[in-house]
Amino acid sequence: MTFNRRRFIQATGAGAAALVMPTIAQSQTGPIRVGLMTVKTGPLASGGIDMERALVQYLKERNTTLAGRKVDLFVGDSGGVPAQARTKIQELVERDKIQVMIGPLATAEALAADDYIRQAQLLTLSVAAAEDMTQRKPNPWFTRGTSTSSQCSMPLADYSHKTLKMRRMAVIADDIAYGHEMCAGFMRVFEENGGKVVQRMFPPLTVPDYGTYLAQLKTDIDGIFLGFAGSNGFRYLRQFNEYGLRGKVTPIGGMTALDEAVLRNMGDEALGIVTSCWYSAEIENAINKKFAANFRVDWSYDPGFYAAATYVEAAVLEATLNALKGNIEDKPSFMKTVRNIKVDTARGPVSFDRYGNVVGNIYIRKVERKDGRLVNRVIHTYPDVSQFWTYKPEEFLKNPVYSRDWPPAKNLES
Amino acid sequence: MPYWIIQTLNSLALGGLLFLLAAGFSLIFGLMRIANLTHGSLYMLGAYVGISVLKYVPNLWLAAIIGGVIMAVFGGLVERLILRALAGNALGQVLVTLGISFIIADLCLMVWGGDPIPVPTPPALQQPILVGGVTFPTYRLVVLAIAVVTALALYLLMDRTRIGAMIRAGVDDMQMARAVGIPVSRLFTAVFCLGAALAGAGGIIGGPIMSAYPGLDADMLPLALIVVMLGGVGSLLGAFVGSFLIGAIYTFGTALLPDLAYVILFLPMIVVIAFRPTGLFGRQSV
Repeated sequence: MTFNRRRFIQATGAGAAALVMPTIAQSQTGPIRVGLMTVKTGPLASGGIDMERALVQYLKERNTTLAGRKVDLFVGDSGGVPAQARTKIQELVERDKIQVMIGPLATAEALAADDYIRQAQLLTLSVAAAEDMTQRKPNPWFTRGTSTSSQCSMPLADYSHKTLKMRRMAVIADDIAYGHEMCAGFMRVFEENGGKVVQRMFPPLTVPDYGTYLAQLKTDIDGIFLGFAGSNGFRYLRQFNEYGLRGKVTPIGGMTALDEAVLRNMGDEALGIVTSCWYSAEIENAINKKFAANFRVDWSYDPGFYAAATYVEAAVLEATLNALKGNIEDKPSFMKTVRNIKVDTARGPVSFDRYGNVVGNIYIRKVERKDGRLVNRVIHTYPDVSQFWTYKPEEFLKNPVYSRDWPPAKNLES
Repeated sequence: MPYWIIQTLNSLALGGLLFLLAAGFSLIFGLMRIANLTHGSLYMLGAYVGISVLKYVPNLWLAAIIGGVIMAVFGGLVERLILRALAGNALGQVLVTLGISFIIADLCLMVWGGDPIPVPTPPALQQPILVGGVTFPTYRLVVLAIAVVTALALYLLMDRTRIGAMIRAGVDDMQMARAVGIPVSRLFTAVFCLGAALAGAGGIIGGPIMSAYPGLDADMLPLALIVVMLGGVGSLLGAFVGSFLIGAIYTFGTALLPDLAYVILFLPMIVVIAFRPTGLFGRQSV
């Protein structure tokens, strides 16, 4: 190709125009630059890799085009380290020029990046469950399509009291904000219903062995709520059986205790356990049936919490872009639109509250065997649950954030 | 009362598991003077290798032996090819072991994936047994027994054999050992193989309790460090006593003072190091 004068003028002219008016040059025509902030190495990698797989599947199913514009996907790996998440997000924004971010995965990562997200005005569709990012300290650029820590545990508390007829319970959870928030939400709703949480344990996240906690567990109780994440629920349940506790105490679990990701390596010890989550691979709707089937074809296992998370966030992104006719460049109107959108997703219908958190179905699931594998069959649906459960948002927000100390545990027995 | 029996058994079983982990770490630390930061990774890799071996050999004990041998070979290669190149540069060696641990962690993630994988308990040991009116997992008592037998075997090796005497000589005064013609460099390889084999076999034997999952390495390494710091570097007796001490402190500590679960393991180590820097049974090396 010869480089004649005309071409030169065209090229430099375009370049100059791009320099002067970068947003206009990009607007409407160029590809949309989507960043996925995930974890592909370290202990959280299992979920993080699923996040990427499901997002790639979503884009592939749409020929990598959303709202008529091509999509360029950039993937960052934080290793699950909060400080690194912040650096990687900065890299995605400043080097890869992403316009919207899906992620990060973990609560601590989201908190570490909170300032930067505000400063860079980065459109964020997050998976991380940290309560206050959509409650008392809402970040205007942060929207969450999955759930807060307690959004799934509060309905489970209701269910365990009203349907499972539990009255005296123990709770155990990882000793991190996520575990505290989940347990606090569970305890509040369970005790306001008239139940009693008589024992509470917070083992360190990296506890080598649950033996000492299992020996302490009371056996004169109806059930124990498991607020574990990652592989901890899996390890706890195995040891629970080892100590012969199966049949003496009924375990029930939060949204990450018996995720599809750990179920596929479990055996009969998981059968019959009830958990609550905003998703199950078994949800009967057309979108999810297609999603789960395609995912299973590609990877030969069921999608779980993390895969569904990016698949749902991608649906939220697409619906928002459709409403804006692909104009992602106008950030304030993107944030306004995303919080007013209603969209059908793999988890069912999704909308948002004014704090940027999802309002959607919460499913009570029970582990069963189906076609030789373990699945979380949906046995009950709480429709359109918000992060405030049945409380009025204003009153809910007057209380301190859920934690180890709030609400106070009044019924603990030593 | 049954509660205290269970907790006592718990502490003993945890101590047994810790000994399998820490014995090799202590020997390597004592002889080579480096904190082998791949030790947790060797434990994890052993667990994963064991899981793969179990697909072909459906017997946990055989898998532990095969896995141990594989890890010994692996450890020998690491020592010969990598650590040897940095001989005399202790800081460099410690850093390189840290680097290898990252590589192993990512390799495991690539090969075995990120999901936790259970190691099945041998069928005969699956039922909990009744001990003095309390139910306790049979398998954990077996782990305790294995740890005690391993400790005895190592004691005989170190105390009654020529190679054991040479290792002890190297731990106490390396230069003098070299001067009297002990092939210290070959001992390095032998001890590294032994340590890796113990860690790997420990990973498999601990498998039915711990499972294999990404991050297992980082969970185990600090425990090995604490045990060895407390018991004394290079001392088998130190590793043995340290393991059961830590097992007991951890179990009773978290039961009685649950809010101190994080520091409870480190407090005794700090106290011991403050008053006896070589650990309970460590000797001042020359």
